[in-house]
Amino acid sequence: MISGGSDTSYRKQSVVGRRMFILSAAKLVVFGGIIAQLFSLQINQNKKYLTLSDKNRLREWKLPPIRGDFQDFFGNIIAGNLKVYQLHIIPEQVENFNNLIIRVKDILELDQKTFNKIIKKKNSQKPWETLIISENLSWDQFVKINFYLHELSGVKPVLSVARSYPYNENYTHLLGYVAQASQNDLTNNDEIKKKHVPGLRVGKIGLERSLENDLIGMNGVQRYEVNAYGKRINQIDHIEGQKGKSVRLTVDTKIQQKCNELLKNRAGSISVMDIYTGDILAMHSSPSFDPNLFLYGISYENWEAIRNNPKKPLINRSITGLYPPGSTIKPIVALSALENNVISTNFKVNCSGKIEMYGQTYNCWKKKGHGVVNLRDALKVSCDTFFYEMSRRLGVDRLNETAKKFGLGNKVFNNIFNEEKAGLVPSTEWKKNALGRGWVLGETLITGIGQGYIQTTPLQLCLMTAQLANGGFRINPKVIVNKDDLTFEDIKSRMSKNLEKKIQGPDFDDALVDLGASSSKDDNLYSPLFRNQENVKFVLEAMFASTNEVRGTSYSSRIEDKKYQFAGKTGTSQVKRITEAQRELDLDISQIPYEDRDHALYIAFGPYKNPRYAMSVFIEHGGSGGSTAAPMAKKLFKVVIDRHEEREKFKQKNINFLA
Amino acid sequence: MFQETALSGQITFFQKLRSLDYILLFCLLTLGLISSLSMYSTEGGEILYHTKSHVIRFIVFFSMMLIFSFVNIKLWHSIGYIFYFVVLCLLIWASLYGVKASGSQRWVDLYFINLQPSELMKVAIIMCFAKFYHRTQIHLVNSFKNIIIPMVVLIVPILLVVSQPDLGTSILIGLSGLVVLWLSGVNAKYFIYSSLVLLISLPFVISFLKPYQKLRILTFFNPDRDPLGAGYQIIQSKIAVGSGGLSGKGFLKGTQSYLDFLPEKHTDFIFTLFSEEHGFIGSVLLLFLYAIIIYRTAKIGASARSFFGKLFCYGFASSIFIYVTVNMSMVLGLLPIVGSPLPIMSYGGSSMLATMIGFSVVMSTKIYQKQIIA
Repeated sequence: MISGGSDTSYRKQSVVGRRMFILSAAKLVVFGGIIAQLFSLQINQNKKYLTLSDKNRLREWKLPPIRGDFQDFFGNIIAGNLKVYQLHIIPEQVENFNNLIIRVKDILELDQKTFNKIIKKKNSQKPWETLIISENLSWDQFVKINFYLHELSGVKPVLSVARSYPYNENYTHLLGYVAQASQNDLTNNDEIKKKHVPGLRVGKIGLERSLENDLIGMNGVQRYEVNAYGKRINQIDHIEGQKGKSVRLTVDTKIQQKCNELLKNRAGSISVMDIYTGDILAMHSSPSFDPNLFLYGISYENWEAIRNNPKKPLINRSITGLYPPGSTIKPIVALSALENNVISTNFKVNCSGKIEMYGQTYNCWKKKGHGVVNLRDALKVSCDTFFYEMSRRLGVDRLNETAKKFGLGNKVFNNIFNEEKAGLVPSTEWKKNALGRGWVLGETLITGIGQGYIQTTPLQLCLMTAQLANGGFRINPKVIVNKDDLTFEDIKSRMSKNLEKKIQGPDFDDALVDLGASSSKDDNLYSPLFRNQENVKFVLEAMFASTNEVRGTSYSSRIEDKKYQFAGKTGTSQVKRITEAQRELDLDISQIPYEDRDHALYIAFGPYKNPRYAMSVFIEHGGSGGSTAAPMAKKLFKVVIDRHEEREKFKQKNINFLA
Repeated sequence: MFQETALSGQITFFQKLRSLDYILLFCLLTLGLISSLSMYSTEGGEILYHTKSHVIRFIVFFSMMLIFSFVNIKLWHSIGYIFYFVVLCLLIWASLYGVKASGSQRWVDLYFINLQPSELMKVAIIMCFAKFYHRTQIHLVNSFKNIIIPMVVLIVPILLVVSQPDLGTSILIGLSGLVVLWLSGVNAKYFIYSSLVLLISLPFVISFLKPYQKLRILTFFNPDRDPLGAGYQIIQSKIAVGSGGLSGKGFLKGTQSYLDFLPEKHTDFIFTLFSEEHGFIGSVLLLFLYAIIIYRTAKIGASARSFFGKLFCYGFASSIFIYVTVNMSMVLGLLPIVGSPLPIMSYGGSSMLATMIGFSVVMSTKIYQKQIIA
């Protein structure tokens, strides 16, 4: 090998040297490439990767926002928040979730159904999202969990808040209720989507739903640094949430409770309204149910009980129940006839108990008849025969105009309640468009006694009564107290100014009458709804007679004390056409099947000398208005008038608070 | 010539000590220090298992390297083949009775250490080839026999390592071997032909790959394909490096690493951690440190009289370059993810041992640079 000689050795050395040189040049290029890539990542794209790195390590936890309260007029909380003890687990922070959950199940003595629900919930959410094991631990459970806490790492007992309705079924239909946000809620309301956390309760119906965006509040935020497995390493930031706006309503809990009491075991609705401010003092629909049942997911038994109740507790009768108004429409029919100069106040009809028109027999409710009656008597005794004749002369289209002016056939609120219904006041045009048939004159007659196509909600009747009782002025019915609400005095003076203008220039366009200072968008607010106020006064006087004079349909429910004295009009609306044979039988109410019984209605206002409040009482299948509805109004009026002083006192005391 | 041979036989211990390459030693020590600090950072600023054993290994293997540096280059030359065969036997042993971990069988249990013979093969193949070409005359280098023998020598361990399976190491062994073949004068046309053949057979090779290996290649071309699965490592690595910026997040402040977003941060992705904490400046300096080490190693080779020493140093320097390049390119998203450690920086005893054995031979070449091997 030594003989390999220095020549080959030299050649070998030169080859390896040359090739190493080429290789070294290549190495330099490659290292340059690596530096270029480092430069690109760390200098050029530094911002991008810095953001990505922060996105990796920082995670935000939204805390549930605290919902705003509902208060009644006096500031009592009617929907608030209750402290509750909850049990949370963040699954990814638990070493052995299955063992832990079984241990928790034993301690809390959860049944298999609840347990399965929890497992299902766990599988449906992200591992770092809070899993709520129990939303409402009893004190005993809470104590027990805390006792075993040292061996339950990953389990967190939490003090939280939950919606509570302290007056249970009293405000259910007005306020609605909250329950877990559904997929629908998330897609329909961006605010909910933005603020959603597992277990968030949102309004499902009523004011809770329509005022959702005010009530919901702001989430608190906790920002944590987390590791790759989602474990929280340390808290970086904590932003306090904000409680939602509190909403004060015009309602008076005492009156509301009285309504609930009066309607016990009945299906029906009572509404009470201030005839000037439009404040709704009470609005109750019966039967009701306890909204607290829905908080943690209603149990199957409770839900079935509510759903299958034949009196349908889920319906808010005050604003969604549509019923023929019966004789409670008569004051408007009378007013319309007077306003249109169809009859004079001296016009008389002889009632023999029935009348033949267009080849049909139309019966008065009193078989023997009322004899010769004028308009005042006809309203007082609610003579149907008189109203058949008067309606025939008036015609349905003129009646429609007056009825709509006074609030029938339109929604009372501006979309505060999604479910509110407008009702129906028929006209010849309506029938042609809706049913494709011409108006039949006989239909005018039954519309004149509040039967047939006409349908109203109990609250509409209350508004109608209020707008008659205040002398015939448009008011703004409302259930929410606003800072810039006009006071009673303001409204009164505005009404009298509007009246003066009307008298000075009778040809003046109604739309221009308003003084323009009103905050309401409705330009016609507090302007007269009549042509001649004497007509309104005549009708109100006749309603007084109906309640306070002998032979009046609600005479037995009168109050003689001037402080409480009220005027009203009964109504008994048929749900079914009655045959001659049935009429002859003259059955007692208890002998008729429940669903065939008449609806009982009553509208009233008072105190008569100086009216302030109007109400409507509606009892589904309650029999006659005079015997069922009017006595309730009597009982309620006492409470309403007594509460008036409290209300005025509260207004005086809180004049700054209100302003 | 005789004179020189006689002289080299007479050098004293102090002469030997003086002729050590102190710049190279200093660079290696610096790298050891940096790697220990990085290991300390992977454990969140605590001295735990990884840091402790890394520091101990570095000290032990570095000292061993110093001692072995004084071994005469002749001895290294004489054990060239034996070393290769011992490592090959260990590889076979590992395939048959090796320790299994995370789906592959790479380790041999030697009671005091779990040895990964494939790492040693990276050095052994260079030593073996250096000896082979030391003896082969230049005009015979491209003869049929002298092409076939090295090919077999190279392909057998590669196949053994691929079957473990350990694609990364087998590629590194292959590249190290090829680079020595190239340096020793194998005709360039063979390289061109074989790369053509490789290119054509690539589809067939891919069809033999394990599913996870195919996935890695697919992921390399589009990491966003599966950001939480196969693409996770490369995406997180790039985020870590990119977020480091010019001067880094600071020592012990690499959020990607201490919050565990970074995979394999002790081993293959140690450079990512370093780059996140020390930024562009730190990374370039580290790369520069490797460049010096490579340069010094090559320089020792240039001044070696023995062809064995020269070829080994050139080969080893190029291998270090290949390891560094493959590892860095991989964590920076320039190459698919294959398991390949960064020399000395990455945690791993076998890799450290192999590297230090390599440097022993390099140092020995330096000390005995005038030595001629018959």
